[in-house]
Amino acid sequence: MTDSRLSMIGSRAILFQAACPFDLTHQERFWAIADEASAWPGVREAVPGMTNVTLLLDAVPENFAQLEKRLKGLWQSGIRKQIDGRLLEVDISYGGEGGPHLKEVAQTLGQSVDEIVRLHSAPDYVVFAVGSHAGYCYLGGLDPALETARRKVPLTSLPRGSLSMAGLQTGISASAGPSGWNTLGCADVEFFDPFRDPASLLQPGDRIRFIPTRVIA
Amino acid sequence: MIEILSIPPLATVQDLGRHGHWFEGLGQAGVMDGLSHRIANLLLDNEESAATVEIPLTPARFCFRTEQAFAIAGAVCGARLDDRQLPAIWAGVAAEGQILELRGIARGARVYLAVPGGVDVPLVMESRSTQLREGFGGHEGRVLAAGDCIEPIDDTWCTLPASGFNVGLPPLGRAIDSEVEVRVLPSAEHDNFSIRSQKAFWSTPYQVTRLCNRQGYRLEGEELLWESDVELRSHGIVPGIVQVPGNGQPIIQLADSATMGGYPAIGAVIEPDLWRIGQARPGQYLRFVQVDIHQALEAESERQDYLASLTTSLVQTRELLRSWS
Repeated sequence: MTDSRLSMIGSRAILFQAACPFDLTHQERFWAIADEASAWPGVREAVPGMTNVTLLLDAVPENFAQLEKRLKGLWQSGIRKQIDGRLLEVDISYGGEGGPHLKEVAQTLGQSVDEIVRLHSAPDYVVFAVGSHAGYCYLGGLDPALETARRKVPLTSLPRGSLSMAGLQTGISASAGPSGWNTLGCADVEFFDPFRDPASLLQPGDRIRFIPTRVIA
Repeated sequence: MIEILSIPPLATVQDLGRHGHWFEGLGQAGVMDGLSHRIANLLLDNEESAATVEIPLTPARFCFRTEQAFAIAGAVCGARLDDRQLPAIWAGVAAEGQILELRGIARGARVYLAVPGGVDVPLVMESRSTQLREGFGGHEGRVLAAGDCIEPIDDTWCTLPASGFNVGLPPLGRAIDSEVEVRVLPSAEHDNFSIRSQKAFWSTPYQVTRLCNRQGYRLEGEELLWESDVELRSHGIVPGIVQVPGNGQPIIQLADSATMGGYPAIGAVIEPDLWRIGQARPGQYLRFVQVDIHQALEAESERQDYLASLTTSLVQTRELLRSWS
């Protein structure tokens, strides 16, 4: 089978990916693989990415071929993990200082600002994966009509709470950092708190609904 | 207690990193040069995971407010305790009022300062490392500044010779000093780079640019072209991974790496060689030497052997010193 493969991303970290559509049904298969693999001896953490899963190991894997076989076996079994996660409603102030690219996105897509906000706040987004920075949620469910290119000149620091999108992805920054995405608005949510347990507010399978409280055109 | 009189920006308290929270998107942080950090701790008979101060660049000046044992390891920086010149790797006792000065760095990029028992900062999520992006851990979740004090966990220390200890370090480069060789495993998207790019990656040097910090180093060299129409989806990344963004110039993710990213990954520097990158400076060249899993395993046991033999010889030396006194 060539549709799935295991590779090294560090001397003690391996990545399992498979060629498949990018949707919830397939993501559920990676959630299931991560669950299974996290119980294997020598596996410190098994963490889902976007239709892939990464295993952090205690040591350099002497049994790489065996691990690959087991992961492929799980993939081919089609096992899925359906999660009935919690729904988090997040107040969003669209546009203005906290959403400097909203107008530009509307112009690029040939829509009104209100229509962009309507399309963006319509779905319940599913947390596909948590990563990049602490507490950050990769969301599935962006309307393809909102697909935009990444910015040519990235912002050196996007503030915490910024709502942005690029490609078919959207999300809220959990802490300040650089970003090449289009910033639409801002929210006030503590997605990560080291003194909370669990520290990350959301887990894969949880959902987010954006509630527009203000639109500044 | 050691008071910081002056320190360059970006000096932080670090240990071997914050593990077990990767699923929450939290990078591991921790020291950039795990070897020097471990050696500094071993010299004081500390646990290898005890927190040290990581000091990138110099000059830095410290004043000992009390009599205090300490160790330094890492970059060669013309260290001085009052008028006495210290070797790059050294452990000893400073008297109250003495000034430790780290001057111009001649080789390497980071100095580690260890104190007995480790630097006393609160454990947050099982680690004392500074998480710079999230702003917690280490010393108040931030970089150190003049006026801050470094408190040791232990107020007693192991037997140290009056003149101090000094050990050697494996050389940073091989053969040519301006080039740093690191061993690399081919990574997830390696085979999707053009044959020419693969060859360039394994056979030509890549220069460390000024855009280099704890998050990662941007490199410059032969362009690396990604030849695939496969859509890349964000996947896990760890310190040591070499990614290639659209401009064809590689980036190595380091201690403060994100946990996930979307750029194609051409290689992964093995963990035992990451310290060499932590000690590489802008302008220096990195050379990527291809290894397989078996060689990566050997490299790990080599390093363990090195640290084990260093530990044994330090224990023997301390026993000798005790028997003389």
